[in-house]
Amino acid sequence: MSTDGTQRKIRCLVAKVGLDGHDRGAHVIARAFRDAGFEVIYSGLHKSPDEIVNAAVQEDVDVLGISILSGAHNTLVPKVIEGLQEYDAFEDTLVIVGGIIPDDDREDLLEQGVSAVFGPGTPMEETIEFIEENAPR
Amino acid sequence: MASRTVDDLVEGILDGKHAALARAITTIENKEDDYRALVSRLYEHVGGADVIGITGSPGAGKSTLVDKLAKHYRDEGLTVGVIAIDPSSPFTGGAVLGDRIRMASTSTDMDVFFRSMSARGTLGGLSTATADAVRALDAFGKDKIIIETVGAGQNEIDVVKTADTVAVLVPPGSGDDVQMLKAGILEIGDVFVVNKADLPGADRTVTELRNMLEQGDRGPDDWEPEIVETVATDAEGILDLVDTLRAHADWLDETGQREARARTRTAEEIRTILRDDASALIEEEIEARGGIDELTERVLAGETDPYTLADDLITPLADAVETRHND
Repeated sequence: MSTDGTQRKIRCLVAKVGLDGHDRGAHVIARAFRDAGFEVIYSGLHKSPDEIVNAAVQEDVDVLGISILSGAHNTLVPKVIEGLQEYDAFEDTLVIVGGIIPDDDREDLLEQGVSAVFGPGTPMEETIEFIEENAPR
Repeated sequence: MASRTVDDLVEGILDGKHAALARAITTIENKEDDYRALVSRLYEHVGGADVIGITGSPGAGKSTLVDKLAKHYRDEGLTVGVIAIDPSSPFTGGAVLGDRIRMASTSTDMDVFFRSMSARGTLGGLSTATADAVRALDAFGKDKIIIETVGAGQNEIDVVKTADTVAVLVPPGSGDDVQMLKAGILEIGDVFVVNKADLPGADRTVTELRNMLEQGDRGPDDWEPEIVETVATDAEGILDLVDTLRAHADWLDETGQREARARTRTAEEIRTILRDDASALIEEEIEARGGIDELTERVLAGETDPYTLADDLITPLADAVETRHND
């Protein structure tokens, strides 16, 4: 009828990719996002880049947060980004990476299309604020 | 893609573009400005899909069962769409939508289009949004569409009623007969699935269910609800379930019930949409009279009472209806 009825929510996919069994951080983040009023889809552990791409495309998420603690970010993240591009979904998805990422690799990830990298100890408010300011649409 | 038009979305959906389908569902879910135009356009392309509703208490195994069903239909060469509805927090409006985690057998398969939706607030409209999302999946060309929701209240029952066939999951030991009656689930189920049938107490649950279903008053031409036992984690009993769902679908076609149900549903939908529109008009009128807070103040100050206020507010609308009648 009118704009009054619009009920927009920020949708996030919190994703664990590859052989990395540590999901405590991902759980904490998912909860914090929910409490910030976001709709959070959690991928579960040990997902392949394809599975993450399918989920991000189908769920039409505004934000894809990839949590990686295994050190395989240089191979896994580009695969996810390529997949998103393949389905025309990269442009409207804010891709952020959390976990243990060496400084040298950060620049590479940012160049490949990741919008931000959040290392250990990042205050939750900082991540949430970044999303609220940068989520597309 | 950020500013896709209705034309782009419809074209993309008919073209098999997953991102367009996903954005169309977002448009519907958010009730964005052009969502009505979008759904109107989708109407001419729907009609092929068989819609199955699955409901049951949290932890009953709905998502796991949906995963196995989807896998089965994919193996038959059919395409599948799933809408999984989870509650949202009444405090922050946020939600963690976790059904996707269970879709292990089909998560690499793009032809199983799985979409999580949150029950945003309790202002109704969820069943309309679900029905419209189903329409988008149907127009996209999905053969089977599964709606999954927690069976805990009128809202969810309304949602699951948008399906052609409804399966209710009953875990073993889920309480005595009275609990089942109380939940009002007996009336909505076409198929009852006693999942986790390997657990102790499963036989008893089946017996209890059967007894209760036999007491229901059904005419000779009515569908007799079936009971199927499954162990979703091992895909046990899935074939039985698929056969039973198919039997119900055939029954719908043979008896003309599919059409009858669609008729009831459409009538209900028209009513829901009109009710939403009427409430929006009333909200506007409330704003025009200074907002709800001010109206409340007037009642609390003893200047008027809620009934007089309501009469007062509804008069312009009533007048319009009256004038129309007299024309």
